[in-house]
Amino acid sequence: MTSQPVAWNPPRQGRWPWFGMFAFMFLIGSQITALVTSPPDRDMGDLEKILYVHVPSAWIMSVTFAIVMFYSLRYLWKGRETDDLAAAAAAEVGTLFNGLTLLLGMLWGKPAWGVWWAWDARLTSTLVLFLIFVGYLSLRSFVDEPERRAQWSAAVGVLGAINVPIVYMSVRWWRTLHQVQSTPNTVDGIYVLGLRLNAFAFLFVMIYLVRRRYEAMCLDRAADHAEQAAALGEK
Amino acid sequence: MTETKSPKSKRRPWVIGGVVVVLGVFVYLLYGGLDKNVVFFLTPQELLAKGTAGYDVPVRLGGQVKAGTVKWDDKTLRLTFQVTDGKSEVAVQSSGAPPQMFRDGMGVVVEGRFGRDHVFNSTGLMVKHSNEYRAPKAGEKPQEMYKTLIKGSGS
Repeated sequence: MTSQPVAWNPPRQGRWPWFGMFAFMFLIGSQITALVTSPPDRDMGDLEKILYVHVPSAWIMSVTFAIVMFYSLRYLWKGRETDDLAAAAAAEVGTLFNGLTLLLGMLWGKPAWGVWWAWDARLTSTLVLFLIFVGYLSLRSFVDEPERRAQWSAAVGVLGAINVPIVYMSVRWWRTLHQVQSTPNTVDGIYVLGLRLNAFAFLFVMIYLVRRRYEAMCLDRAADHAEQAAALGEK
Repeated sequence: MTETKSPKSKRRPWVIGGVVVVLGVFVYLLYGGLDKNVVFFLTPQELLAKGTAGYDVPVRLGGQVKAGTVKWDDKTLRLTFQVTDGKSEVAVQSSGAPPQMFRDGMGVVVEGRFGRDHVFNSTGLMVKHSNEYRAPKAGEKPQEMYKTLIKGSGS
């Protein structure tokens, strides 16, 4: 089946570049604040600083995959091409944060646990999540027909996002090497401010990246549609 | 923005329903079977409960380093300590310097085999960190604690 040409009106960048500036400045400010205000942890010493990058990455990864879930389901429901592109943009950024989470976790794991990696339920499920979304992105580049690509992507996007609550709960459902979630009760107040600031910083950066990738993907598709229209017009 | 609806759009709710059901079953099969059996390590009590079946098989043992049981020999690089879950203890023998955060009362996971002599021969030692982030109390120097442990308990 062929997708019918749609009158395309790609989203404009508007003030988003300014938002991007703000997001990255906020991130720099949050990182500095966190690093300056936090004393070395009683057990971990300066390894404690991982709290300001690994944990926000993991949280924002989850938020980003929730966005993938939302737009994938809405695509399946309404069949709007823009929803497919929004899901794809979020999937790209989510995969980025997922990779960061794994990488930063490993950097902490080596000095703290003594190993880079352990096949416990938390680490394994996070890796599965990453691989599903790497698969999602490869799928998109392999399938050329837009409507079929969108449908397959939406299915894989939903499948991938279902894993997020499993990753989150894995440390409670199964006995793992990875610690269970910290709460304000297990984290001294002096560390909490830096964590919260950086969670917002990562959120802003994520929103910015998703938005700009979405714009770029829409422009890409608009160009395809124009090409298609021109080719049809020439006949 | 104008939209042209595909002729199939009326069937979409069914498509979504189908996708959700299929994925739900898939995820259930993938994770449901794992149940509580997916444990990264056994507790001392569980290991001892295995009896003779627990001897000489590769296994991971986890618990806390029992306070006052750590012995480090800096000539032979031999490290011995007891792992406890509050109910039972297992003596562990390991070699090489432990990770930086190893100390009394810390959570650990050791890989190796439980011998018939009731000593666990560790080939890999991991520190299991809790979910706590605590600023040191006045006068405490985190890095010093590790150095004291490793240097101080030798010979």
